Amino acid sequence: MASKKITFAEAIKMGLIEEMKKNKEVFLMGEDIEINVWSVTRGLIEEFGSNRVRSMPISENGFCAAAVGAAATGTKPVVEIMYSDFILVAADAICNQAAKLRYMSGDQFNCPVTFRIAGSGMGSGAGSHHSQSLEALPMHFPGLKIAFPSTPYDAKGLIKSAINDKNPVLFFEHKLLYSKKGEVPENEYYIPIGEGEIKKEGIDGTIVSYAHMLDICLEVSEEIYSEKGINLEVYDPRSLRPFDYETLYQSIEKTGKLIIVEEDTKIGGVGAEISAKVSEEKIFLLDSSITRIASEEVPIPSGKYGHSFVSPDKRRIKKEIIQVFQT
Amino acid sequence: MSVQSVKPAYDSLHYKYQDIIREFGKEKLKKILINMLKTRYLDQEIDQLIKEGIPITQHSTYGQEGSQVVAASILEKEDYLVPNHRGWGWAIGKGLSLKKILAELMYKETGYCKGRGGPHLASKEHNLFLRVGIQGSYAGLAAGIGLSIQMKKTKDVCMCIFGDGSSNAGYIHEGMNIASTNKLPLIFFCENNQYALFTHYEKTTSVKDLALRALGYNMPGYIVDGMNAFAVMKLFSDSIQIVRSGKGPILIETKTYRYSGHTAYDNFYYGGYRTKEEVDEWKKKDPIHFYIEKLKYFDVLTEEEIIGIDRNIKREIKEATDYAFNSPLPSKDNFTRVAYLD
Repeated sequence: MASKKITFAEAIKMGLIEEMKKNKEVFLMGEDIEINVWSVTRGLIEEFGSNRVRSMPISENGFCAAAVGAAATGTKPVVEIMYSDFILVAADAICNQAAKLRYMSGDQFNCPVTFRIAGSGMGSGAGSHHSQSLEALPMHFPGLKIAFPSTPYDAKGLIKSAINDKNPVLFFEHKLLYSKKGEVPENEYYIPIGEGEIKKEGIDGTIVSYAHMLDICLEVSEEIYSEKGINLEVYDPRSLRPFDYETLYQSIEKTGKLIIVEEDTKIGGVGAEISAKVSEEKIFLLDSSITRIASEEVPIPSGKYGHSFVSPDKRRIKKEIIQVFQT
Repeated sequence: MSVQSVKPAYDSLHYKYQDIIREFGKEKLKKILINMLKTRYLDQEIDQLIKEGIPITQHSTYGQEGSQVVAASILEKEDYLVPNHRGWGWAIGKGLSLKKILAELMYKETGYCKGRGGPHLASKEHNLFLRVGIQGSYAGLAAGIGLSIQMKKTKDVCMCIFGDGSSNAGYIHEGMNIASTNKLPLIFFCENNQYALFTHYEKTTSVKDLALRALGYNMPGYIVDGMNAFAVMKLFSDSIQIVRSGKGPILIETKTYRYSGHTAYDNFYYGGYRTKEEVDEWKKKDPIHFYIEKLKYFDVLTEEEIIGIDRNIKREIKEATDYAFNSPLPSKDNFTRVAYLD
């Protein structure tokens, strides 16, 4: 199987190109979709033309609703929302319209739309309105699916599944991952939404993390192993809704410990949901309480210096994980 | 583009009824009368059912039949319609069945949306999009349907209905801008019934004539007397033809009036937030009465034919109510096991 080392951004682009070539109903829309600040859709207008690569005005709610209308009437729009923070502007279109259309219409209208939630998360110092981790927010709306890949391989497989899903899918992209490189097969493959993966095997405890935080967790777990001999398993759910609890339960059955590392805040966050679910269903598999490592409960400051105090960093994650094994 | 390009269209002094009658023909004119009467009797039936204690969400069409019903009746079956909350005229105009409408309004399994939508009607077979519950979102959704039509290269058009109240929602402006810049096949149909709930629109709206907003979006804007079905059918028919030919969207404002309250529970509509005289004055211009008088005067339909039509519709309404009452309620699964589509 031929594969090549490409960036996360290139992997998404490859997935988009494959699906656009296969299906003329697939089209792109968003702000600056031609040149594109994240380079994901750059140049695609030359290949697919202006009918299928549509520049949209700064009207996130309007064009996300348009994507819903288009999806319901026989096309498959892939919408880029430039920064995750802007989903709050488009909240009505996504949470009131896309999530509910099929249900309210008595299954008459489907809504096979993909919202690419680009530029998510901290790390570039972009401040409170361009750095948030808002993936927990759409989790609250039945009808929406949420994918959040952490590797180029997963990104390509998941964007292709998102486009072919009959439900609205929010595909989150962490801004620090765009330049991350990884091996990606040149042939077609799909990763089902709702299927997690153990990214590193271990026996002493299970870390659940995703996106950029997952990379830090992988580094930290290697260091902890070499320094302390603690062998941690690292689980990447890859999708947040539906969430693959089966694989997580198999992991904690083996390790007996659960540590959740996330970039959003704790209250009402992704980790809150995971820990509540595990507590309800499988608390007996754990031999110590659940640990959550998350951002400080503050809005996000501008500048990388400020970010380093708010977001969990490598040192803090490592320290708090080691503490789990000291009590 | 200039202010002059937004103009009152087909003012009663300027068009000839006979020309319109000849253009549309007896069958089409009769169909429009049937739809107007069906809408009025459906409203009356729903009000009666509410009085009897049946819980139905009612935003009646009374007074707006000449505007809403006529515009929706002009569309072809394949054309799309994105409705707003006001009335059932768009559903009747688009050809939905009275039985399935009433069944849905009573949350029955046999309704269009399996009893999940209630007043949020939709009918895919009629290309009637869901009557969503967020004011103004219609325009964003309709713009997307326009994109879809353009992608598929069909000759369909999409009509988007909104009121004077939601004309101020950001969604309407965003949708009109997207439609204009993409030259989408859309009719933006602003039904100006003058009241947003209990508030007269002029208190909250920057312009008296909402069609003026077309200027900002570089599209033609027209104003028409919504109490005159002939003027409405002519303007919509001509506009739809232009939009269908690929020339981009058009905004039409109908000047009309909501006889009753915002909902069946509005007790302030007659002598509260507006005077009884104002309401009575508008009722003198009743669109159905006006339409029937003209049809008789120009020998399109006889008194006997109209009585026959009237009798048939009343019977159909009765049958529809019986159908809705006799339909089963949906199972629990219909409501709870539907989060994802496999």
